[in-house]
Amino acid sequence: MSITFFWIFSVIAVISALSVILTRNPIYSVLSLIVCFFCIAGHYLLMGAPFLSAVHIIVYAGAIMVLFLFVIMLMNLKDVPEFVSQWWHYILAGVAVSALVFGVSCQLFQSYGPRVIGDMSLKALSHALFTTYAVPFELSAILFLSAVIGVVYLGKTE
Amino acid sequence: MNPEFHYLILGCILFSIGVLGVLIRRNVIIVLMCVELMLNAVNLILVSVCEPIFVFFIMMVAAVEVSVGLALIARIYRKFGTTDISTFGQLKG
Repeated sequence: MSITFFWIFSVIAVISALSVILTRNPIYSVLSLIVCFFCIAGHYLLMGAPFLSAVHIIVYAGAIMVLFLFVIMLMNLKDVPEFVSQWWHYILAGVAVSALVFGVSCQLFQSYGPRVIGDMSLKALSHALFTTYAVPFELSAILFLSAVIGVVYLGKTE
Repeated sequence: MNPEFHYLILGCILFSIGVLGVLIRRNVIIVLMCVELMLNAVNLILVSVCEPIFVFFIMMVAAVEVSVGLALIARIYRKFGTTDISTFGQLKG
């Protein structure tokens, strides 16, 4: 049962990720990316992390992609060329991606050991967040504050 | 093959699709979306090896990055009237 859902989610995620980079209309790209994010949230559910799945849907599909959609609808993107024009750019991109995949997968598959069974429940997560990772948690609050100030400064009209 | 290995392969596929999108698209909004796709591929692999704390921090950095990036794109769109990535070469310090 779980392996069936794994394949369904994986196939839909890969197809929608491909359609993100292959469609010409940016609105369709945003919608395909939302579908891809929902599939990844389904994968989190299958891995036994329901809280992460909910946070993923709220943060990505609920906030980030709405921001993308809003910015795209504010702009007139009719005359933007969508793909690079020179053919050798595609050759270079293909060579770069295959080199990256080859190198990363060699390294990852060598160092990939058996899974450490960790506790992904909400209680364990929040306990770790407020004890072991308390300093990064506070630093992330400062990062958010600086992002808010920066966005307000960038967004105001002179 | 254990199922975590499947997640590793799926994450690699999604990450390389994201890299390909960054390299072949010219609309800078789509490039930013492909960066999001890469972050999500890494998140998927991190959850499959049971490191859920780092996923929170990556999500946080992704939210910050998207808000600042879209503000910059909106600013540049007001100045140049396009979001083509080649106009960004005209920026000076």
